[in-house]
Amino acid sequence: MERFSQVEGVAAPMMVANINTDALSPTAAGKSTSVDIGKLLFANSRYHLDGSEIEDFVLNRPPFREAKILVAGENFGCGSSRERAVWALQKFGFRCVIAPSFADIFRDNSYQNGLLPLELPPEACQALADTLTKSNDPIVRVDLEKQEVTGPNGLRFPFGISQERKMALLEGLDEISVLRRMEPDIDAFQARDRIERPWIYERG
Amino acid sequence: MSAPRTVFDKIWDQHVIRTLTDGRTLLHIDRQMIHDGSNRQAFDAMRQMNLKVRNLDLNIAVVDHIVSSLPGRTGESHPPGIERIHALRNNSHEFDMEFYDVNDPRQGIVHVISPETGFTLPGVTFVCGDSHTATNGALGALAWGIGTTEVMYVMATQSLLVRKPQQMRITFDGSMAKGVYAKDLILYLIGRHGVKCATGFAVEYAGQTIRDMPMEARMTVCNMSIEFGARMGLMGVDEATIDYVRGRKFAPKGAMWDRASAQWRELATDADAPFDKEIHIDCADVKPQVSWGNSPQEMMSVDDRIPDPASMRDPERRASAETALKYMDLQPGQPLIGTPIDYAFIGSCTNSRLSDLEVAAAIVKGRRVRPGVQALVVPGSMDVKAAGEAIGLDKVFTDAGFEWRNAGCSMCVTSNGDVVLPGKRSISTTNRNFEHRQGPKSRTHLASPATVAASAIAGAIADVRKLMN
Ligand code: SF4
Repeated sequence: MERFSQVEGVAAPMMVANINTDALSPTAAGKSTSVDIGKLLFANSRYHLDGSEIEDFVLNRPPFREAKILVAGENFGCGSSRERAVWALQKFGFRCVIAPSFADIFRDNSYQNGLLPLELPPEACQALADTLTKSNDPIVRVDLEKQEVTGPNGLRFPFGISQERKMALLEGLDEISVLRRMEPDIDAFQARDRIERPWIYERG
Repeated sequence: MSAPRTVFDKIWDQHVIRTLTDGRTLLHIDRQMIHDGSNRQAFDAMRQMNLKVRNLDLNIAVVDHIVSSLPGRTGESHPPGIERIHALRNNSHEFDMEFYDVNDPRQGIVHVISPETGFTLPGVTFVCGDSHTATNGALGALAWGIGTTEVMYVMATQSLLVRKPQQMRITFDGSMAKGVYAKDLILYLIGRHGVKCATGFAVEYAGQTIRDMPMEARMTVCNMSIEFGARMGLMGVDEATIDYVRGRKFAPKGAMWDRASAQWRELATDADAPFDKEIHIDCADVKPQVSWGNSPQEMMSVDDRIPDPASMRDPERRASAETALKYMDLQPGQPLIGTPIDYAFIGSCTNSRLSDLEVAAAIVKGRRVRPGVQALVVPGSMDVKAAGEAIGLDKVFTDAGFEWRNAGCSMCVTSNGDVVLPGKRSISTTNRNFEHRQGPKSRTHLASPATVAASAIAGAIADVRKLMN
């Protein structure tokens, strides 16, 4: 997993609520391993049916084509559990999504891949998005160590994150290594459980 | 006296391997289902790290998401799916995992075959790389959807690091009116309380209406927990649960059955067990539901008028409604009944079990699908298909002009080539009405199998109660 400590870059405002994972990575993007899923991020809003770009879609406009941070509405990432939605955001170049809330599965999937799902209050997200829309220099800086977001016009917001997620991001630590260190506990549990609930382990 | 516990607490407590100092829990996972939709990278990661599947008996793989539903299908029938079906077949073989291939009689949608085979049992923890895994919660199981990385963790360690969610109880009371089904109840709940109401919660569905519900209907309710924001939705175990599980292929037998079922009977919420949030629904208020927008909360009673965004106080709901009405090509203030449809789809893990097909068949029997409508029945499993054929449902549907297909996710996710064409309107027993969900520029209305059947006959969105006398 890629380490995450600070990110500074163009932030794209997309203050729509309930952006779902079908929108982030449409079904077509799952068809083959050879397609660039980053190109298909938001494909149905980004391209006409003939494949040409829809000009006024925010990620098709400079400077947002180069965005590294997305500022979105509440319940971001709802819908399907497809982890491809996270991979598509990362392939496009995003390192962090800022929103008032995230759907549970998407949040976990993001952390597993080193994409930071950063929660700010709705008013802060709105203020940030409004400023980004008007600014000539829509740059946002996310500092995970200090737990602080800074934006244009002196905008500055602290944010919360669970300490274990923070450490994992800072160290680029995959959870599988943590889990594998707990093998002895798992062995002990299963040995006990096989006696209490044998039907779990031997199917009828 | 120990403190009163919810059914969720009881299952959770039984699966705790250890608690970490940071408050997370290492939880044992009893069951995992693997499918062709998104799990390939999990096998790739296993291979890279040189890992083995820890407990082969606790994992089953099946093709469902991208498999063709056409009669006489093979793994090659839908060319864009060939690569992934091959990958799952080869991966299952390489890792020695039980695998239900395209023409296996046990094949079907993950959340349909897991209860049906008895792979899901009361009291288990159950995961799958699909957000509708909570379907299995109807059996009194803790079941939730996970991403590909976590699928790999479970294959390798049969456990996951999780934080305990908060708990919510939805109590359904009152009797359901004619033409109202389990699907209408869950759609009504989501329409009333919104798609993020249960984010961060595990939901228990309780109340007399649930206790009176057959098991397959309970699965429909639990299925759409994710559209309500919850990752897990479950119900307490009662005699209906035990009866449902008894005799299933993977269910315990003989003395083992007696031991197991005695434990399962404990899996009900104790009186006075605390919940973080409670909601009551009086089912007598519920009419057949149909969605009008692009979020499952954009829901109305079939005989209402389409809402006017201008009357909505929440700015986000208003903005979403404005976009949705444009996308759906609908006018505020108009009735939904009579809106012409191009497709009628009966299927998906929400509504493709035998009882769903029976309800729909009773509506279409002796009637004809309106010309110009493509109407599809896609049974949830090959077992459901065979059971339907044994009682002549296939004939009822095909006589009426429906297509009778082979099992899979089909038009729920369209990965298998079953799509709604751009600009066309579909009424569907599925669970998501997102923009483009049933194909680019497709327009989807969610409803119960009965409402979909009635609409197929009318060629337009219809009130099923008018056909029931
Ligand atoms: S039918 Fe739809 S929701 Fe159910 S498992 Fe298949 S794709 Fe997922």
